[in-house]
Amino acid sequence: MPGVITIEYFAWVREQIGLATETWVLPEGAPTVDTTLDALMQRGAGYASALAVRDRLRFAINQDYALPSHGLKPSDVLAIFPPVTGG
Amino acid sequence: MISVAVQTEAFDVAAEMAKLRAGRTDIGALVTFTGLVRDNKAGPALSEMTLEHYPAMTEKQLRAIADEAWQRWPLLAGTIIHRYGTLKPADEIVLVATASAHRDAAFQSAAFLMDWLKTKAPFWKKERSADGAHWVEPKAADQQAAETWQLTTK
Repeated sequence: MPGVITIEYFAWVREQIGLATETWVLPEGAPTVDTTLDALMQRGAGYASALAVRDRLRFAINQDYALPSHGLKPSDVLAIFPPVTGG
Repeated sequence: MISVAVQTEAFDVAAEMAKLRAGRTDIGALVTFTGLVRDNKAGPALSEMTLEHYPAMTEKQLRAIADEAWQRWPLLAGTIIHRYGTLKPADEIVLVATASAHRDAAFQSAAFLMDWLKTKAPFWKKERSADGAHWVEPKAADQQAAETWQLTTK
């Protein structure tokens, strides 16, 4: 059975993609945040514009900050969002 | 320990200070910082600000930030309250309160917590005016301030 992760989007990333959350089937090999973004961009439209510039994005895996090179495993929750502006 | 809360409701700074002080005679210094919704006056008036957040992550990160401050300074008590939802100009957004025997720890830890909140707490602000709505951009100065704490010896 293939591994599935949950992806969550926030702020303008969510607005451009049009979704707050979705599930994603992990491919074979060693998927990372970067390879997952590349695959999501293949869907075109909002995905391509929201995820193109990696510098404008920050990531968390299971609610801990993660780098683009970080690996993903089944049941992980990957969050993709702009740099934070709280406080 | 430092208590942490993420909520839509307004907070009362005086009430929070009273809670920290209650029954204690060991606190010599109590510092509070309150962050407010500001209308920067450059362009049409700000009508409202909406704070989005990542619920599962905010509590975790605020807890981690609070624990780090607790490790670095001799604090006796503290509170972090961060609101989310839709706020109006002059509304209170965030409270950081720190209590210690002497003022250095209270002042420094409060500044540290705010610098960390600005760069690590998963909230995103959207401002709305007559011109429409736009997402606030992070400031380079905030990132630099946060990084400076990494260089400062304990």
